[in-house]
Amino acid sequence: MTERKIELEVLRYRPEQDAEPWFQTYTVPCPEEWVVLDALNYVKDEIDRTLSYRWSCHMFVCGSCGMVIDGEPKLACKAFLRDYGDKIRVEPLANFPIERDLVIVMDDFMEKLESVKPYLIPKEEKSLDEGSYLQTPAQLKAYKQYSMCINCMLCYSACPQYGLAPEFIGPAALALAHRYNMDSRDVGRKAREDTVASHEGIWECSFVGACSEVCPKSVDPAGAIQQVKFSSAIDYFTSWLPGGGSR
Amino acid sequence: MDTVTTDIAVVGAGGAGLRAAIAAAEADPAVSVLLVSKVYPMRSHTCAAEGGAAAVAKSDDSLEYHFNDTVTGADWLADQDAVELFVNEIPRELTLLEHWGCPWSREDAGEVAVRPFGGMKIKRTWYAADKTGFHMLHTLFQTSLKYPSIKRLDEHFCVDLLVDDGRCHGLTAMEVRTGRMKMIKAKAVIIASGGAGRIFAFTTNGAIKTGDGMAMAYRAGVPLKDMEFVQYHPTGLPGSGILLTEGCRGEGGYLLNKDNYRYLQDYNLGPAEDKPRLKAMELGPRDRLSQAFYHESQKGRTVETKWGDVVYLDMRHLGEKLIDERLPLVRDLARSYVNADPVTDLVPVRPVVHYMMGGIHTDINAATTIDGLYAAGECACVTINGANRLGSNSLGELLVFGARAGRFAVEHVKSVKAPGDIIEKQAADSEGRVKALFRRPKSGERVAAMRNALTLSMEDGCGIYRTEETIRSTCNTITDLRARFQDLALEDHSNVFNTDLYQALELGCMIEVAHTVAQSALERKESRGAHQRLDYEARDDATYLKHSMAYYNPNGDPRIDYADVVITKSQPAARVYGGSAA
Repeated sequence: MTERKIELEVLRYRPEQDAEPWFQTYTVPCPEEWVVLDALNYVKDEIDRTLSYRWSCHMFVCGSCGMVIDGEPKLACKAFLRDYGDKIRVEPLANFPIERDLVIVMDDFMEKLESVKPYLIPKEEKSLDEGSYLQTPAQLKAYKQYSMCINCMLCYSACPQYGLAPEFIGPAALALAHRYNMDSRDVGRKAREDTVASHEGIWECSFVGACSEVCPKSVDPAGAIQQVKFSSAIDYFTSWLPGGGSR
Repeated sequence: MDTVTTDIAVVGAGGAGLRAAIAAAEADPAVSVLLVSKVYPMRSHTCAAEGGAAAVAKSDDSLEYHFNDTVTGADWLADQDAVELFVNEIPRELTLLEHWGCPWSREDAGEVAVRPFGGMKIKRTWYAADKTGFHMLHTLFQTSLKYPSIKRLDEHFCVDLLVDDGRCHGLTAMEVRTGRMKMIKAKAVIIASGGAGRIFAFTTNGAIKTGDGMAMAYRAGVPLKDMEFVQYHPTGLPGSGILLTEGCRGEGGYLLNKDNYRYLQDYNLGPAEDKPRLKAMELGPRDRLSQAFYHESQKGRTVETKWGDVVYLDMRHLGEKLIDERLPLVRDLARSYVNADPVTDLVPVRPVVHYMMGGIHTDINAATTIDGLYAAGECACVTINGANRLGSNSLGELLVFGARAGRFAVEHVKSVKAPGDIIEKQAADSEGRVKALFRRPKSGERVAAMRNALTLSMEDGCGIYRTEETIRSTCNTITDLRARFQDLALEDHSNVFNTDLYQALELGCMIEVAHTVAQSALERKESRGAHQRLDYEARDDATYLKHSMAYYNPNGDPRIDYADVVITKSQPAARVYGGSAA
């Protein structure tokens, strides 16, 4: 029995050698349990030591191996070869500068993530002697989904708005802000609003919903952004009511 | 070479490194802290820990129980002063994580929920579904952003420590984006770089777990302690080695052999009851369960697959609702990777290398034998884990000892003298070593082939059961690989994100760390915890109730020395699990 082989068409770009990106085709075996990451590792180990890409956990939790596979943003460790044809195109995430090959420059993403104050802002510091906060399963559920983001940036690659307007804070960072806003232990919504409810924040989102479609963890950033828009709008209007709001 | 100056440099930005950085920032905001990691913080392998973190939280539990479970689980090789300190401090650490927003799973009234894990008398594992490490890591990373004194150098590969007259004054690191070497001058260095599971072929560990920090300390003269103790987790997915958490069994999952028989009852772990019984059957300790698998396999009662023998994890009786609520990642992984849905199917599993009990020798303040050099987390060996770590003690360990490393490093920087010029020379030598590797010709020994030879040899010679013959064969392979490393080929000569060079540096570290594992295993002629010798089947307290200490020898095998175990209130006794367990 001859084992099935497939062709990987991989985007290559080495800034010191290449004037622009190009595609290199590698022929790799295709065991049924292999994911695209296994095929890339095969290339790296057996064919071409010069191919660079990021990866670590191989179990969809470290978020390192986001790339565009046959046109769709995917985790390479969750894209099974069996679900593709005999030729698979592998490119770096869209909307980011290419650092080299499949490695993108993620400085902008990190800055945006850090800009939304993604940490618990409690009403008052609680001492350890007072023990844990109470949080019911229902209160946990209110934000749990938004805490599942692995920062893989597939949503930024899919987001048409981030492509057009790079100042847009983007899906994952806004979902993370929402995660803390929705946490029963947190009172930081006002502190985050300068960033989140700014022009570069939620109002830039045109609600295409591509971010939620590609999310490997079902975080639903689009839903989070809509909820934030709604509550910010409510804040805005109540601030004009007699005695209402803190504006 | 660029120079960066900081008060404290932390190598690694996973759970232990982040906790150390935050502790330092809280202890003194005027002390500058620099996290230096070969990956971005959220990529660190802490994210892959699934099941939970143990701490006494409920009224039916006690610190004494946690102490006894840990010391017994460790086969009495843990230092009891360290264990006592650990069980005392960990409840506050987990509460602190709660205050920082960690989404711990809850009881109906809102209290933090706990689940049972192997080797525990009382259930005490705090969990966030089956993504506990992930949530802890992201909580710590996000919280670290609050502190202006914490800065980061992401994607910088740490290469060598700078040591003058027994004091650590910083390190060198390569910026992966540019290939440039940097000299990082620091008054204290904390190594928190994780374990080295990747020295084995079949492991739950991510690609980054190559023992770089361990090797860096070892080459600088710090002994690596108890390296022969390597934990096999009983339930990895065949082929990929992906971990299925002990929480699967904590929630009530069974292990079945090819005859659908709960074989653990044949290994002093019974009685087999329908509901989970603490410290029995599937809730026995990891070493015993992995050893039972080996014997079942010898008896021909496991199932052969192309990825090796397997047994089955049966979770079908737990029901879809519980599995989706408490083990959603497990379901996702099993369906994706082995096409088995735990709700309706048996899931094939086999033991898989998971954790290094050994590591950089430290005292209970996370201090090493070099002044100003600290270590915490999996890369370190305090040791609370001894010969076998209990599941859900490692996430706690990285918090307790990470925090201590941060606090003691802050104390240390207040009293530091300026280093001599020698560290400039050391940094230049370090750069020269990396550049020499970078300039290796394209033909020669291939990184991937050498790595395969190493990892397969470790699996063969230093697996669940070992003999003098198998270990010697591995030692010979390692000696050979050390020589071949001098003829390494480097095919990529670009400066930008050169993963050929990055992996070559990792391979160098892996070979050194593997050498300490094999040599320590060879010289420990007894069976204890995770170190099982078919040629020395009994535990030998008279000779080997000692920590092994492996010292670097650039021209030959590591020198193995021994140090006393700290015993305070629990005298070594038989480890009893199953129905007659205390």
